[in-house]
Amino acid sequence: MSINQSGWRPEMAEERRDTTVTATGNKALMLEEALIFEIGDTHTTGVDIADAAASASKLGGLERKAEIGLPGLSEPETVRHYTRLSRQNYAIDLGLFPLGSCTMKHNPRLNEKVARLPGFADIHPLAPIQCVQGALELIDQLAHWLVTLTGMHSVAMSPKAGAHGELCGILAIRAALEARGDTRKVVLVPESAHGTNPATAAFAGYAVDNIPANQDGRVDLAALKARLGPDVAAVMITNPNTCGLFERDMKAISDAVHAAGAFVYCDGANFNAIVGRVRPGDLGVDAMHINLHKTFSTPHGGGGPGSGPVVFSQALTPFAPLPFVEKAADGSFRLVEEETAEEHHGQSFGRMVAFHGQMGMFTRALSYILSHGADGLRQVAEDAVLNANYVLRSLDDVLDAPFGPSGPCMHEALFSDAGLAEGFTTLDIAKALIDEGYHPMTMYFPLVVHGAMLIEPTETESKAALDQFVMALRSVAERAKTGDQALKSAPHFAPRRRLDETLAARKPVLVWKEPALAEAAE
Amino acid sequence: MRYLPLTADDRTAMLARIGAASIDDLFVDVPEAARLDGPIHGLPNHASELAVERHLSALARKNTVADDVPFFLGAGAYRHHVPASVDHLIQRGEFLTAYTPYQPEIAQGTLQMLFEFQTQVARLLGTDVANASMYDGSTACWEAITMARRITKRGKAILSSGLHPHYVSVANTMAKFTGDVLETAAPTLTAEPDTASLIDKIDGDTSCVVVQYPDILGRIGDLSELAAACHANKALLIAVVTEPVALGALKSPGEMDADIVVGEGQSLGVGLQFGGPYVGLMGCKEKYIRQMPGRFCGETVDAEGKRGFVLTLSTREQHIRREKATSNICTNSGLCALAFSIHMTLLGEAGLRKLAMVNHTQAVAAAERLARVPGVEVVNRSFFNEFTLKLSKEARPVVWQLAERDILAGVSMGRLYPGEDALANGLIVAVTETTTAEDVEALASALEEVLA
Repeated sequence: MSINQSGWRPEMAEERRDTTVTATGNKALMLEEALIFEIGDTHTTGVDIADAAASASKLGGLERKAEIGLPGLSEPETVRHYTRLSRQNYAIDLGLFPLGSCTMKHNPRLNEKVARLPGFADIHPLAPIQCVQGALELIDQLAHWLVTLTGMHSVAMSPKAGAHGELCGILAIRAALEARGDTRKVVLVPESAHGTNPATAAFAGYAVDNIPANQDGRVDLAALKARLGPDVAAVMITNPNTCGLFERDMKAISDAVHAAGAFVYCDGANFNAIVGRVRPGDLGVDAMHINLHKTFSTPHGGGGPGSGPVVFSQALTPFAPLPFVEKAADGSFRLVEEETAEEHHGQSFGRMVAFHGQMGMFTRALSYILSHGADGLRQVAEDAVLNANYVLRSLDDVLDAPFGPSGPCMHEALFSDAGLAEGFTTLDIAKALIDEGYHPMTMYFPLVVHGAMLIEPTETESKAALDQFVMALRSVAERAKTGDQALKSAPHFAPRRRLDETLAARKPVLVWKEPALAEAAE
Repeated sequence: MRYLPLTADDRTAMLARIGAASIDDLFVDVPEAARLDGPIHGLPNHASELAVERHLSALARKNTVADDVPFFLGAGAYRHHVPASVDHLIQRGEFLTAYTPYQPEIAQGTLQMLFEFQTQVARLLGTDVANASMYDGSTACWEAITMARRITKRGKAILSSGLHPHYVSVANTMAKFTGDVLETAAPTLTAEPDTASLIDKIDGDTSCVVVQYPDILGRIGDLSELAAACHANKALLIAVVTEPVALGALKSPGEMDADIVVGEGQSLGVGLQFGGPYVGLMGCKEKYIRQMPGRFCGETVDAEGKRGFVLTLSTREQHIRREKATSNICTNSGLCALAFSIHMTLLGEAGLRKLAMVNHTQAVAAAERLARVPGVEVVNRSFFNEFTLKLSKEARPVVWQLAERDILAGVSMGRLYPGEDALANGLIVAVTETTTAEDVEALASALEEVLA
């Protein structure tokens, strides 16, 4: 106790910040770092490359003459530059990252190790298939897990991310409809859906119509049924949904959609809440993407790469994209591509990407899946849901939980900004959480709740970690309710204060320019 | 289970706080018929780290590793040496385990890196701006076609016969659904790309011409005349670069007035990985930025006036614009963009140019050696680090025969263009700094035997 008393106290924060200025701008471990364009030059290189032997150029007279303008750094400078940059990032390795609907769970390092085995990392996508049997077998094993866990009929492995998977599913639906001469034009999407859902439907050539939510934060079944008709191609539903709730009427929704001649697309972003407890195939789903980073722990790397395999019902399987892996009668694996598809997969809607999808993510996901096994994956869903409900019920006395009364949540807890002092917003709470050492929750999404705060702790948080987070958020919420002005200027302790996003959009500076050039452009 | 920190006691205490009798009470909203009462049958239970590692290592050992054999595969994915520090740095947990930088005050590391990446990419491609990456080259190529449609309000795109067939295939798939009209053609085994016939196809309905540089056969064509022809018809020129190292030796597409330049960035930092994840590069002229898909990082200031970076121009994107967005893309390829950017920083201009010249001179030497093999003809007049051979036999079985001798000879055109008999004898051969003279000699002598 005596150590704590002689150290920092909250009331000291203001004076420390204002009186301490350093010559470098650094603050001890918080180190400023210039851009590579400011610290490097075009003559420096951190790679030793032998001089090229002199030979006649075959470059067709298009040799580069102009300077590119790429600065180089020596290896030590490079390592320092990126290490310093890394320290300006929050990450799941540092603490709770409760970004609802984004699912930031622990990324096991075994995944990284196996993905780097030369037998996976150093093989070419167009190598003769007899030279990559292990890779094809791995894809086949992962596919088997995904199909079995979801209770579906088949899986397309090639989509590059969740949104790309959505596109894959909607294209398969459109291909199936066209195969029966059906030219339906509309896709129905709930208001609470991820923005990618309506964008995907539009990208695939569909008009988008919204379906309203009911008081419980779920799809309004009666409104949906009333809207279904011969113009509706598909309904895109997120389940569990973005309010963190299971769509109780999912089976009834699917039945109604099928009766109307349409297909059910399920956004499987939140599959992590139900893996091992529910199979979407039992709920009448026709297509669903799985974000491997969300449910199966592949790293998100500051914005990708993702991986979005899509599982299909029997009805949509013939339309799945190329290429895919198939096990031959002799136990070997082959690749069904354009050339072989015609034999028995002639209805495929075609190729979505060069090559086979995100192999590096497949390796990691399979490593995670095998580690957990069927029993562990079920426990994953249970602990994720338990943790979210624990957060919900530990905070619903200080924060408004609009759907709290309707029962338990699934993997994420949703609060609104109701009850905050006049002029205080969800943004203020989020920025104050940064000062408390947390990445904020998802803000202002889903759109169906005012000032939404969507908190997803995931299963990889301990009870102690949750208790500390709850304590921190309670404290911030109470300050927001009593109108503590210090919240309005948070964060105070991050590498940067609040950033001017309006300026960034009004006068976009998207690339670095020499100061003189930048000035001339003003 | 090593990844799950809750204990049985924790679970009991937490259920008590929630007011639930058991975990099943939290799943009451699931219809009874769909509830699974135990682990799914027929799947194994959890396994130790050691067991999982052994299982996956056994699968890895069934593959032929590029580093273990003479290796000449390219055609859109290239083997280059990646400095050790690249992989070390991208495994920093603060990069590896961060999400999309939605809270810029605590994501300046990712954001500054993306700003540097965008600048590097724009300079390399010769464009005014570049975005924060796409999934890969093939999807970036299709996105560029849709971008040209939005800009020109025309629906016909002309795809060069030298464009990677997978890229053509992706575009064909998507166009079936969007109603875009694509003019495509298979290549011919000729020494130069056929720019003249491409120019002939441009008319008042053309939104864009898509041309690969260097093309699928490795040939290098001047884009200036093509750009002028496009612009005379108010169409756009889209250039596709599948081997970014080439731009260390060659004029950039932007210098030749291409409007949109997309590329596959895998060559730098990323590695082969059986085709993914890779990193799509995308740049354009400044006047088109509001039609670009994907994320942009932009410079701004914070409340104290310090320089900082944020994601910007998001009113183009799906989370704001929903069905009116420029694309449905959300996640991009952040970590691969980081690997690309670090590798590029290590190389710098001097290193990249040297690396490009090493690639080129070794490819020239290899082409000369292989041309001396009876039954082998080098098709290309121009190339960077990849060229096409015309064999006296069908190339695909030759590739298989050589694979049995542990030589990965290249990509047969029969694999890429099934059913195109005129291309069946074509073999695309890539030579990089990782290829040794011994490798070339091994390929040459094996070809001598197989073609004899």
